[in-house]
Amino acid sequence: MNRPEPPVFSDPWHAQVFALTVQLNETGRFTWSEWADTFGRALRDRRAEDTEVGYWEAWLTALQRLLQQRDLASSADLDRLEAAWAEAYRTTPHGQPVRLAPRD
Amino acid sequence: MPERNRPHHDHALGHEHDHEHQHPPSAAALRVKALETLLVEKGLVDPAALDAIIETYAEKVGPRNGARVVARAWSDPDYLERLRKDATAAIAELSYEGRQGEHMVIVENDAQTHNLVVCTLCSCYPWPVLGLPPVWYKSDAYRSRAVIDPRGVLREFGLELPEEKAVRVWDSTAEVRYLVLPQRPEGTDGMSEEQLANLVTRDSMIGTGLPLTPEELER
Repeated sequence: MNRPEPPVFSDPWHAQVFALTVQLNETGRFTWSEWADTFGRALRDRRAEDTEVGYWEAWLTALQRLLQQRDLASSADLDRLEAAWAEAYRTTPHGQPVRLAPRD
Repeated sequence: MPERNRPHHDHALGHEHDHEHQHPPSAAALRVKALETLLVEKGLVDPAALDAIIETYAEKVGPRNGARVVARAWSDPDYLERLRKDATAAIAELSYEGRQGEHMVIVENDAQTHNLVVCTLCSCYPWPVLGLPPVWYKSDAYRSRAVIDPRGVLREFGLELPEEKAVRVWDSTAEVRYLVLPQRPEGTDGMSEEQLANLVTRDSMIGTGLPLTPEELER
């Protein structure tokens, strides 16, 4: 009857975005009520399917929204870093850890 | 090195030209990497603390905590009384406290009433006693239907309640977290707290299931 449970986080990025949110809440960047309201709205607005991945995508959307409202993470900065990470994956040989190139 | 220990490739055979570099993960995964990099650079998050948070919820906290609370309540009438008066404090007696357990409320099943917990807004859930919520608890389907058609939802979980039993639905919020106290199964007189805890399933503390009977546990 107690069937084995799937892992709590099915993809490492789910765990990362969860932990970022918990820590930012604990360091007072937003209250948990503010989080729940923003996340609830992101879940309602999402066009994604009703899946585990869709749930975490809404979570990520909500976190970016809260950080943008507080001027803690701009879209421009995130776009730049996202491109840098994509480039790092493309150019890192297999079997080596992927790291960001030092910035100018 | 044996074949199975080689670094894993997702590519189909015959795509050897791709093997020299790594494929970027999904757009969402890259975005999270970007967020983390930025927040660490700004000193807003501490990577070691992030790892500790992940370890806690991936490995340490789970419904066995809640099961111990329920087993204690079944075994100790004074504890049950304290749980009714101030669930947060009574649960903290067992050292389960903290994030998302700051304001706990116990809802008791009895002969007349069955309780069911949902979060219609997002996925509020009592982390210290149950860990993080299962996939179905977070789904739109459960969140929207638990309130409109609780008996239909329970049926899908294999729980057919007698007509005369009332179903009460509790909507968790960022402030208040509910834990269902299921009824103690028949035939459990004389069982230790530890044995009783083994009967308490996660779903029985959300209300989508019942505790196991001693016979079911044997199977």
